[in-house]
Amino acid sequence: MTATVNETAPVTEALELDHVESHLHPQPSYDVDTHPVPTGREEIWRFTPLKRLRGLLQGEPSDARLNWEQKLPEGVTLTEISTAEAQALAVSAPLDRLGALAAANAGGAVLLDVPSELVADEPIRLVLRGDSVDDVVWSHLVVRVGTHAKATVLIDHAGSATYDAFTQVVVADGAQLDLVTLNDWADDAVHAEQINIRVGRDATVRAFEFTLGGDLVRTSTNVDYAGPGGSADLYGVYFADAGQHIEHRLFADHTAPRTRSNVLYKGALQGQDAHTVWIGNVLIRKVAEAIETFEQNDNLVLTDGARADSVPNLEIETGDIAGAGHASTTGRFDDQHLFYLQSRGIAEDEARRLVVHGFFNDIIRRIGIPDVQERLVAAVEDELADV
Amino acid sequence: MATLEIKNLHVSVDTEDGAKEILRGVNLTINSGEVHAIMGPNGSGKSTLAYSIAGHPKYDVTEGEVLLDGQNVLELSVDERARAGLFLAMQYPVEVPGVSVANFLRTAKTAIDGEAPKLRTWIKDVNAALERVTLDPAFAQRSVNEGFSGGEKKRHEIAQLELLNPKFAVLDETDSGLDIDALKVVSDGVNRYSGQGDRGVLLITHYTRILRYIQPDFVHVFVAGRLAETGGRELADELEASGYDKYVKADAAAGAAGAAAGA
Repeated sequence: MTATVNETAPVTEALELDHVESHLHPQPSYDVDTHPVPTGREEIWRFTPLKRLRGLLQGEPSDARLNWEQKLPEGVTLTEISTAEAQALAVSAPLDRLGALAAANAGGAVLLDVPSELVADEPIRLVLRGDSVDDVVWSHLVVRVGTHAKATVLIDHAGSATYDAFTQVVVADGAQLDLVTLNDWADDAVHAEQINIRVGRDATVRAFEFTLGGDLVRTSTNVDYAGPGGSADLYGVYFADAGQHIEHRLFADHTAPRTRSNVLYKGALQGQDAHTVWIGNVLIRKVAEAIETFEQNDNLVLTDGARADSVPNLEIETGDIAGAGHASTTGRFDDQHLFYLQSRGIAEDEARRLVVHGFFNDIIRRIGIPDVQERLVAAVEDELADV
Repeated sequence: MATLEIKNLHVSVDTEDGAKEILRGVNLTINSGEVHAIMGPNGSGKSTLAYSIAGHPKYDVTEGEVLLDGQNVLELSVDERARAGLFLAMQYPVEVPGVSVANFLRTAKTAIDGEAPKLRTWIKDVNAALERVTLDPAFAQRSVNEGFSGGEKKRHEIAQLELLNPKFAVLDETDSGLDIDALKVVSDGVNRYSGQGDRGVLLITHYTRILRYIQPDFVHVFVAGRLAETGGRELADELEASGYDKYVKADAAAGAAGAAAGA
């Protein structure tokens, strides 16, 4: 394949913003050495069991790849480009060492390109499958959605690997993107990923993330805005079983006025040492007047021995905000829900099932891909069968 | 012919200061075909009686029995009581996010009947039941009680009553917070249910207003955790005119006398 950087398409301009000193937003850089090897005490690493990253942080090069299968609607292309081309295209550099290592070691990037004004009726499907946890796989993906284009991208992870990915998503002005990521790994998989999304002027992005499998999954989704009027909804569902570590880190960086971010992540935990982490960071910069943001994380703890960490952070540098808030709940089943359902004759185990399905359906029903909806409902059912 | 017998029911709840007795020996028998109204002041324990019969885990039964056709339902779980034929229309119906009304009703009906309802007639039945209580059939696709107004929640309870059609229905202040139109809709639903002739109703209320639309066979005055008086329809009229004061004072006097006798 050859590089197909479209020189005529407007590349989103680099954002010129003052750096804000805070752990919430480290200096972005492709240079691996600017991101020191963490000790585990740093704010952005303290929840992650570093040993279980299987040496990813050491950054040993590897040629191993996941097996890719793709289904592309007409007009959508998937090509290989150089790292330099990727850097020129997608403006947000890695924010941590894992992101920088993935970009440095991937040996080039894959560009998924949705041309301007293309409206894709069918979802773009990428199935990425790993063969073995012994394969260290580095990946760099750039998703570009052109001006006023509309697309749904499904990235479906399966199988086993020790996988570190750097994914850049550039959504041009007026475009609409649904990005659906399934982390449906085998039990031993390790998956680290940094997903940087830049939302164009008046563009709309909905990102869905579903994490069901893997020994350790740590994803960081970072959103910023190239212009006013951009909107981002970040939805997530996760289900952690015994021994699993699932960590989702979200960062909405309001870099433009009248932008919108809405984060809703819901998780269930069951079994000894099931551990989930949700970090919801929001920065409202001085320029970001009249923005609106809300972030919420709800955890349902189904058994003893599980642990859910949930940390919302909100930093505000402007006095003019349309709305900003966050909420976090972690608890067991609501006895009132069970009582109400049981008082209508529904047995306790069935009532619990209904409540958990209801808890997740709130997000699952929003996905515009019916077969993925069905698959997720079935996956939740499978997880519950183990309770 | 079915019978619901409440015998010497004592119920406590846990408070910061230890267990507090709310029901102090309730005795009441309801036969199918009868409508019993229980009226009483706030805090008298009316709702505790309703929730204790249904089996809410917050309430601790310390003494007594509740027999449904001779079987002590206090030994059954909440869902077993419902399957045995009891129904509680709640004062504050619970919101269950993400569970559609349609799914909820079908699951409940399947549990109560022991088999799934026939799909074609069931959808018609659900739509008809919703329409009878003036809820749009579109409610079937909404999450259970989520975002419903107070009146919509109560009408949804009555739709469930008609669809599940239990042997005995306990209605806990179903009339509270309803405007007159909603009150008529709810009352019509209760009357359709009791009009079948072989169903029993225990109607708990704070106000006499609903008794203009639902004719009780018996009216009971409930004060300080037990029945203070039983009569017919005329007792409701008397309460409307003179309130509960007489009964509250009599109970307080009896309590004082009892304390004095004990001292």
